[in-house]
Amino acid sequence: MASLLALENFKVRYGAVEAVRGINLDIRKGEVVALLGANGAGKSSTMNGIAGLEPVAEGRVLFDGQDITDLPPEEIPVSGLTLSPEGRRVFSTLTVEDNLRMGAYGVRDGAVIDAARKRVFSLFPILAKRQGQYAGTLSGGQQQMLAIGRALMCNPRLLLLDEPSLGLAPLIVEQVFGLIATLRDQGVTIFLVEQNVAGALTIADRAYLMSSGQITRHVTADEMRTSGSMVESYLGSQ
Amino acid sequence: MGANDIDLILQQTVNAVALGGTYALLALGLAVVFSIMGLINFAHGELMTIAGYVLMYCGIAGVPFVLGVPLAVASAMLAAMAMERVAFRPVRNASGATLLVTSFAVAMILQVLFQNLISPRSQPVIVPDLLGHSITIGGLVIGVNKLFAIAATLVMLVALETFMTRQKHGIAMRAAAEDFAIARLMGIRANTVIAAAFALSGLLAGVAAVLWVSQRASVDPLMGFTPVLKAFIAAILGGLGSLRGAVAGGFVLGFIEVLLAAFLPSDWQEFREPIGLSLVVLMLVLRPNGLIPAATLQAQKA
Ligand SMILES: Nc1ncnc2c1ncn2[C@@H]1O[C@H](COP(=O)(O)OP(=O)(O)OP(=O)(O)O)[C@@H](O)[C@H]1O
Ligand SMILES: [Mg+2]
Repeated sequence: MASLLALENFKVRYGAVEAVRGINLDIRKGEVVALLGANGAGKSSTMNGIAGLEPVAEGRVLFDGQDITDLPPEEIPVSGLTLSPEGRRVFSTLTVEDNLRMGAYGVRDGAVIDAARKRVFSLFPILAKRQGQYAGTLSGGQQQMLAIGRALMCNPRLLLLDEPSLGLAPLIVEQVFGLIATLRDQGVTIFLVEQNVAGALTIADRAYLMSSGQITRHVTADEMRTSGSMVESYLGSQ
Repeated sequence: MGANDIDLILQQTVNAVALGGTYALLALGLAVVFSIMGLINFAHGELMTIAGYVLMYCGIAGVPFVLGVPLAVASAMLAAMAMERVAFRPVRNASGATLLVTSFAVAMILQVLFQNLISPRSQPVIVPDLLGHSITIGGLVIGVNKLFAIAATLVMLVALETFMTRQKHGIAMRAAAEDFAIARLMGIRANTVIAAAFALSGLLAGVAAVLWVSQRASVDPLMGFTPVLKAFIAAILGGLGSLRGAVAGGFVLGFIEVLLAAFLPSDWQEFREPIGLSLVVLMLVLRPNGLIPAATLQAQKA
């Protein structure tokens, strides 16, 4: 299958600190790929660099064969890639409805927006009930759903999810992982950062393990099936 | 309380709403720009002055006032967008202090240009006679210019509220004010949002200038300074960066000034300004983040 996202010698720096030190990876259409690693490994920096929230210091980001490394962040969702960032970052002073509207900001066709909203509401019925409410008044779990829903509003072909289960009650975490599986079935390719390694491994096709800004291991689909627990102990031993 | 007292209070309320409304429009212009890019634009006053001079030239050229007003407002909008493009875009990501100094420089350059290219002295502006008339309602005598100011303020506030809560681009401006980086991630263009914020602030400054000039029928190079200083105080009183706060702050300041002018004993009148400012400071002591704090500030404090 064709590669949808490729990172080549990808680096992200904060001043003198090199948070991501030249990684290479590859995500194919229709896959769910997990990026796992300890706190401070550079997972969010990777996600933010791809989506344009942080500048890429060196290397290249190829999305569907197109070089998007130096595109300003506002151009990237238009090309079909978006991020649900760490810490949710919903617009708390906007209503649920307006948050979703902003997610579809780059979409011109009203019918496409309506269809996307319908899909989000069928995935998260609670959001339909809270449409007129300010996002800041939602519970943590609902805000997470809104963050994911908002990202889905631009009909991305590749969805980056940075710790979607963080801080959620176990029941909601299960729902979020269920949702990721549903999205995959709908044809969305997903690149996922998770602290919840066990959960991530149940839905991911492959995983990259990251430590100190580098990819230290690639777990293939076959290995995932046979030795998921190996990954957990590998990460646990770091 | 006699009928006269009630008339006096109503009279002063009208004055306060008219003055406070103008402050509110100016404070709102400052707040829109501050909320998006963290810039306190001291050159906002010069946008007013530009609109004032356009009204003046329109009068000289025989352009009717009803045409001069939209021209003046449009010129303030264009000037605001030009200011952003030329002066503020190059320093957009600089510190707040750099932005502030840049805005001072822009203000001073414009003031010097007005003094040298137009006139250092106050110039008369032709305003329709109608604005100088007043109408009597019961025992109340209300200047037409005051009614005009109140009506214009109301129209502007309702239009702006509708734009910010109903229109896609207005909502995008609020989103960008709350979290600029994430707004860009949604596909909202940084340049567009910032240009729109300046255009909006120019619109508000232009309308405020028309109201200001309508009361005074003159314009001078420093015309914008005092009202914008007041608007800045109003914006802080309301909660810097908060749009509703700016409006509230503008009206509260208008009421303080008008009521002090009306009811302070005559031998206290020379202390009117310091007393008014002390009241503002007292309110800020009680509510350090302003009357209606900006959401981003609340988020930081949480
Ligand atoms: N804005 C920033 N400025 C400076 N350093 C940063 C910044 N963001 C992250 N870092 C540093 O970069 C490194 C990688 O951080 P990053 O947030 O990418 O890790 P992470 O794997 O997402 O961690 P976590 O699991 O805690 O979310 C860390 O050392 C962090 O301190
Ligand atoms: Mg992280």
